[in-house]
Amino acid sequence: MEQAPPDPERQLQPAPLEPLGSPDAGLGAAVGKEAEGAGEESSGVDTMTHNNFWLKKIEISVSEAEKRTGRNAMNMQETYTAYLIETRSVEHTDGQSVLTDSLWRRYSEFELLRSYLLVYYPHIVVPPLPEKRAEFVWHKLSADNMDPDFVERRRIGLENFLLRIASHPILCRDKIFYLFLTQVFFFYLADSRLKALNATFRVKNPDKRFTDLKHYSDELQSVISHLLRVRARVADRLYGVYKVHGNYGRVFSEWSAIEKEMGDGLQSAGHHMDVYASSIDDILEDEEHYADQLKEYLFYAEALRAVCRKHELMQYDLEMAAQDLASKKQQCEELVTGTVRTFSLKGMTTKLFGQETPEQREARIKVLEEQINEGEQQLKSKNLEGREFVKNAWADIERFKEQKNRDLKEALISYAVMQISMCKKGIQVWTNAKECFSKM
Amino acid sequence: MEGERRASQAPSSGLPAGGADGESPGGGAPFPGSSGSSAVLQAEVLDLDEDEDDLEVFSKDASLMDMNSFSPMMPTSPLSMINQIKFEDESDLKDLFITVDEPESHVTTIETFITYRIITKTSRGEFDSSEFEVRRRYQDFLWLKGKLEEAHPTLIIPPLPEKFIVKGMVERFNDDFIETRRKALHKFLNRIADHPTLTFNEDFKIFLTAQAWELSSHKKQGPGLLSRMGQTVRAVASSMRGVKNRPEEFMEMNNFIELFSQKINLIDKISQRIYKEEREYFDEMKEYGPIHILWSASEEDLVDTLKDVASCIDRCCKATEKRMSGLSEALLPVVHEYVLYSEMLMGVMKRRDQIQAELDSKVEALTYKKADTDLLPEEIGKLEDKVECANNALKADWERWKQNMQNDIKLAFTDMAEENIHYYEQCLATWESFLTSQTNLHLEEASEDKP
Repeated sequence: MEQAPPDPERQLQPAPLEPLGSPDAGLGAAVGKEAEGAGEESSGVDTMTHNNFWLKKIEISVSEAEKRTGRNAMNMQETYTAYLIETRSVEHTDGQSVLTDSLWRRYSEFELLRSYLLVYYPHIVVPPLPEKRAEFVWHKLSADNMDPDFVERRRIGLENFLLRIASHPILCRDKIFYLFLTQVFFFYLADSRLKALNATFRVKNPDKRFTDLKHYSDELQSVISHLLRVRARVADRLYGVYKVHGNYGRVFSEWSAIEKEMGDGLQSAGHHMDVYASSIDDILEDEEHYADQLKEYLFYAEALRAVCRKHELMQYDLEMAAQDLASKKQQCEELVTGTVRTFSLKGMTTKLFGQETPEQREARIKVLEEQINEGEQQLKSKNLEGREFVKNAWADIERFKEQKNRDLKEALISYAVMQISMCKKGIQVWTNAKECFSKM
Repeated sequence: MEGERRASQAPSSGLPAGGADGESPGGGAPFPGSSGSSAVLQAEVLDLDEDEDDLEVFSKDASLMDMNSFSPMMPTSPLSMINQIKFEDESDLKDLFITVDEPESHVTTIETFITYRIITKTSRGEFDSSEFEVRRRYQDFLWLKGKLEEAHPTLIIPPLPEKFIVKGMVERFNDDFIETRRKALHKFLNRIADHPTLTFNEDFKIFLTAQAWELSSHKKQGPGLLSRMGQTVRAVASSMRGVKNRPEEFMEMNNFIELFSQKINLIDKISQRIYKEEREYFDEMKEYGPIHILWSASEEDLVDTLKDVASCIDRCCKATEKRMSGLSEALLPVVHEYVLYSEMLMGVMKRRDQIQAELDSKVEALTYKKADTDLLPEEIGKLEDKVECANNALKADWERWKQNMQNDIKLAFTDMAEENIHYYEQCLATWESFLTSQTNLHLEEASEDKP
């Protein structure tokens, strides 16, 4: 496999920075190994810490988050959070890891990296970023981006994002990704390119698989957002149930003061009610992680759609080219045979202003024949590109499907584990409380 | 007669606590001259009660009744009551069984009201038969309560459910309201039946056995409106003076009642709130499961897992519903009854204080030679007896009430804990079996992959 896919937008080469200490020659040899290596990864974020990146193992972590203030483009003061990215290389021999690079980046830089990847790898399902703003909140969580819990979860999400790229067989080898991890001055891309991709158009013969995929991604997005919304509401209600029980604690305690026989039982039962009420905080914090796992796939739906759009764009392009070629051929034929079936401006003006000379006609035919030739070449290469794109894209989509099935199944199982833990805690507390009540 | 009773050691419940019976104030003898015009007046007084749109909570009406307790009836000797306390909890000695059921709506041109069927089964001799079936409406219960309070001003009469609950009632009589009330009325009558003194009250007997017309005519007999008004005035006057010499033990009792009332009210609010939150949680959960089913329609490889998750959530949902109904059956009615009881208790304290105040005012009159002092010593003597009786009755009943309260509260909260344990155990089992099935599947798949 080549380093970069045959992309019509190749002219957008980044600034020619050679990756430090990694010979390109080595890349070719590494390909086979990396393909194997990537296949070894098992499900889940936790295992994606190792990557056969340019023949060395590399560990990536987003280890810290810090509040910063600075001046923005409009010279206004703003507060933002910066995240520390640390890269370690692991020596084969002794398994020790050495810190090779560390730098601070903010969320918008991650966005830029992702935008670049979307543009340069249109057939790849590019991993999503964690949410920009806190959505699907239930009342306890603030929707504030500076909230420590939100920042912490985002830190984990950003690390996850980088690890997913690092373990992707194609994306991991991208130079810009490497630069992102190692060079402070990250180059900037115009995102007008992204806007162009979003333009709408009509495709006559789309590949059915892509149409289905688009439908699937719409369904995925809609069902996950619905699920997350309801989950947030359920969490809110559950919080209410637990917390109200805490009031018993206070009242029981006050009541126990006037009771001789019942006093002790009431007092200790009240204590258990307090324990019960406060247990919900940890329970819901854990559930938040589950919600994040689902959210990642919510955002992945957008990435899937991007791939479908690219296919549509290419297909459209192809169809336009084919149409254009067909019309030119027709014109040519008419000129040669003298029949006029298609409308052309030249033809009309000729009719209106008199016949053209045979020389003029010859010239026109020649031009058309040249254009037809060129068109046929282009069509051929576009066809080739299209087929190549479909092949590559579909390969990545298959890979994505496997990953998604593993991850979602694991997420659902972890949800069950959380519920089990919650139930066990509940049984514990209420058994204790019951004992206190029975001693009253 | 009363003096005799105190001297003798009244042995056991076998004695139909004699005097307790003779006391239906004005139940027997109609007040001379009252049958005519005062009967009409009395009916009007009753009409006030018939107005069930009155938003006042019952306890305010009770205070009106308080004023009627100045009948010269003798409260029971405490000794016979103490002996009866020993037997009250032994069900094999229970000889009066009452059920309240079958609420029925009656529509007339003037009003709509509900009646409840009351079935009484008894082996007691003083009852003409062993089984009775009557229909009574809330008004009738109010009447009974009033009579009991009149006859036993310092006994702790069980509370009636509220007349009307303002909050969130769209229809005056929706099913939940009627059912809650029915249960409370059932409790009310059974508590009376279990009370060593009240169980032998004549009005109680009539309430359980008389046909509708018999009851109406019985109700109309009683001290006339004018005399009742007179008593009310005197009572208000004496209570205005305040309680100067409340004995120490009653001070303690009063403190307890005040604190208890605060706490039980708070617990009532908390418990209602928990129920509300659980209900809302249940409503949201109902929507949660089906989304997973919806999702499974787009995922070929995750269909089973998603469907299993959905069914687990649904089962937990059902468990929540069960927990909620347990709460509303075991805890809420008990706590609420004690809220009403705490209001009752305050009424009882007031009545006791009034009786004492009457004595105190006479003593004062004697001391300062305010009025004609010839008859005073004798009156004072009677009042002293009355106060002592009232105090003793209250003391004994207080101990009994406290014991019952402890048992009831303990049981109610133990039940609540039990409901919660059961709920969590059910949910635990559901999710554990899901996990097992997923692990098994995984193992199956893994073994399938092996060559």
